[in-house]
Amino acid sequence: MLEQLARLGRIGIGSLEQLGRGHLLLLYMLAGISELFTRPRLLLNQLFSVGVLSVLIVAISGTFVGMVLGLQGYYILSQFGAEQTLGVMVAASLVRELGPVVTALLFAGRAGSALTAEIGLMKATEQLSGLEMMAVNPVKRILTPRFLAGFVAMPLLAAMFSALGVLGGYFVGVGLLGVDDGAFWSQMQTKIDLYDDVLNGVIKSLVFGFVCTWIALFQGYGSAPTSEGVSRATTRTVVHSSFAVLGLDFILTALMFGE
Amino acid sequence: MTQNRTMEILVGAFMAVGFLALFFLSMQVSNLSSSNGGEGYQVLARFDNIGSLKVRSPVTMAGVRIGRVSDIAFDRKTFEAVVTLRIDSGYEQSIPDDTFAKIFTAGLLGEQYIGLDAGGSSTFLTEGGQITLTQSALVLEEIIGQFLFSKAEEGTKIE
Repeated sequence: MLEQLARLGRIGIGSLEQLGRGHLLLLYMLAGISELFTRPRLLLNQLFSVGVLSVLIVAISGTFVGMVLGLQGYYILSQFGAEQTLGVMVAASLVRELGPVVTALLFAGRAGSALTAEIGLMKATEQLSGLEMMAVNPVKRILTPRFLAGFVAMPLLAAMFSALGVLGGYFVGVGLLGVDDGAFWSQMQTKIDLYDDVLNGVIKSLVFGFVCTWIALFQGYGSAPTSEGVSRATTRTVVHSSFAVLGLDFILTALMFGE
Repeated sequence: MTQNRTMEILVGAFMAVGFLALFFLSMQVSNLSSSNGGEGYQVLARFDNIGSLKVRSPVTMAGVRIGRVSDIAFDRKTFEAVVTLRIDSGYEQSIPDDTFAKIFTAGLLGEQYIGLDAGGSSTFLTEGGQITLTQSALVLEEIIGQFLFSKAEEGTKIE
């Protein structure tokens, strides 16, 4: 009985400790941002590996998600004779929810896992200790540029996802199923609000970018310096990021769209 | 060096496409292009019942959207709904002061909007003006109730 209680206590203390380490790492990373402005090339490199390399998967998924929304939405809406509102449905669901959330999940799988593996291997091969030996702060030099790159890249990727999704929905709805071209756009433009819908979607994707990159870097930096440790950390990155994104999405939606 | 150059170009293209997508979302998908901010002027209209009219509902004249509902309030003295209409700039001097404001429903299940029927007066509403001729929203239950009531009355007359 006492043993069980002690185990529970250990778990609690352990998770609190992890939380504390995570926040400390975040503070150190944020403290390094000012130095990053003197070396924009570091950020550029990371924007390439985090952002540019994720474009293809985000673009393809966005287009197909939009096309599926067009098909499914048409099927349901045509039963009520409301095919004209297909544009609203596709755009609202993409801009508000699917754009930020699916992009964040893809981002965690594509870029987050790569970040964790990279940092974890740097740690395992003692490159981080090497940097420290040369009096270079590894957090500022390695982690901060990656963190900022993720934060910048995520909203741009989500915007691409939503925009291509709308075009995909347009292609299926107007091109294949014969929804009226003008109604598709005009209904969308009257119902979708710039601040309520588009801006809130951007805020969501900023939060997700922040959290996903943070989790990925923390897991990589805190991973056990063995091949097994790195593989575990990579798995944890994807799992924790997905949980965090879906949970935060609920909270953000309740805050933004609740009356 | 060339590798660096390609990377710079690719990152630049990535950011450009990203911002382009944001621009597309805000211009083409949302209502930014059709709303012109806080410009225009406001007129008031009092209704007995506004049904499910909401802030941001369209205000139309001859079917053309010329503004939006910007505020809905309740007058405690007269028990009326006071609706503030923001008419877009460009439509000054186009609403005669004897204009008739009605609340319509777009389609059977659609949203409600205000339709303005121009009157014949040669003086026009300006900022803060008030539309005096109004017709309330049709509440379906009331109409059905009245219909049933009149039917029942008819029945008693025949006998």
